[in-house]
Amino acid sequence: MFDPLEYLPILIFMFIALGISVLFVFLPMGVSRLTGVHEPTTEKNSEYECGFPAFEDPRSPFDVRFYLVAISFILFDLEAAFLFPWAVSLEYTGWAGWTAMMVFLGILAIGLAYEWKMGALNWE
Amino acid sequence: MTEYFQSFGMSYEFAWFTATIAGILLIALPLMLAVAMIIYVDRKVLGAIMMRRGPNVVGPFGLLQSFADGLKVFLQETIIPSAANKGLFLLAPIITFTVALAAWAVIPFNSGAVLADINVGLLYVLAVSSLGVYGVVISGWASNSKYPFFSAMRAAAQMISYEVSIGFILVCVVLWANSFNLNDIIVAQKGHGLGFVNAFAFNPLLFPLFVMFLISAMAETARAPFDLTEAESELVAGYQTEYSSMSFALFWLGEYANILLMCALCAILFFGGWLPPVEWEPLYAIPGWIWLFGKMFVFFFIFSWTWGTVPRYRYDQLMRLGWKVFLPLSLLFVFLISGYLMLTRYAPL
Repeated sequence: MFDPLEYLPILIFMFIALGISVLFVFLPMGVSRLTGVHEPTTEKNSEYECGFPAFEDPRSPFDVRFYLVAISFILFDLEAAFLFPWAVSLEYTGWAGWTAMMVFLGILAIGLAYEWKMGALNWE
Repeated sequence: MTEYFQSFGMSYEFAWFTATIAGILLIALPLMLAVAMIIYVDRKVLGAIMMRRGPNVVGPFGLLQSFADGLKVFLQETIIPSAANKGLFLLAPIITFTVALAAWAVIPFNSGAVLADINVGLLYVLAVSSLGVYGVVISGWASNSKYPFFSAMRAAAQMISYEVSIGFILVCVVLWANSFNLNDIIVAQKGHGLGFVNAFAFNPLLFPLFVMFLISAMAETARAPFDLTEAESELVAGYQTEYSSMSFALFWLGEYANILLMCALCAILFFGGWLPPVEWEPLYAIPGWIWLFGKMFVFFFIFSWTWGTVPRYRYDQLMRLGWKVFLPLSLLFVFLISGYLMLTRYAPL
């Protein structure tokens, strides 16, 4: 059954990975100060735009289709989340469980077809 | 390993802790070494495809090239753009690399040689690898620069699009193996093809899923031909444009660690992981991790090969492939495979 101790190594691993990453980011900053390569200038610290001073605010408006993709992703990923427990319990739920899930998948497939027809998946 | 440390007279708790730390270091350090070497392999294969030599100056056959690059990058100045959100800017590479390492906690290298043998290992890999998108989006946003911002938008949409179909493909494998535990999935492949081939990929129903998984894995890790997030002719270096020094290198290391993870998943889910390719007693004399690494290497070669030969996709083609081809197809295969298993394994009519 569920044993939280099984997950303890993962937690320790995450802390060690975090430690390695933090070390990798901050250690070179210290080293560069010691070796003297750390010389920030206004030009060097300005954002990159092909050698010009930036023309406009980089956080410009972007296409609404990125939102559409994100919303569709939530729908279908949630669907996948429902499928996972179902996939390992087919032997217990039998044909009733299978049929119910297929009806659910069918409804979502209709949703996908509708989205497709309305052009939400088009990127011309 | 706990028993081994207990034999030195340690208490059980302390021996367990030491064994866990040793296991973690045994995964993380060789992984970083493997990433360094696989970058070398990548450059060498690409060089061979383009009929040039590739790295060949540092060390014998250029074997130490990655280490020389690493040292150079380590001694460079970390430039933090004055317009950037500094906290988030430094956090992004940390997230990318931490997540790329942490996903390896559940990968089985041999029968029983796994750090955390949890029963939902596959779900854990899926969850942790999907966290990788945060590193990319945060770096693009925090840089406060045009190209990283565009790249982050593209990367977010691309990664989540292919994650959907990867989710459904994994459901199909789980259906067949009837388990989320990666070790159980490997054992379920024993003698799967014609009674002696240890691979799900020889199943006519699962082979198309393997092809889809391989292509989705390339898109998920933003690897050529799907490297639109760092299409250098459009976006300079993508979300890494403003990064320098080791923070830049962490993105590279994280990316290659993710590619290796995808290769490992291909091997584990469809080609029997640490099992030998065919059921033949003498083959079991070779340790399992060698089989796993060999399979991973073959898949990595396919990744490199694709990079060298296939031209880059356009963004609309990429989204069409993800949403209009892979998603309906993987849904169809969930239906087909679950129906087939119901008819043959669980409740024959």
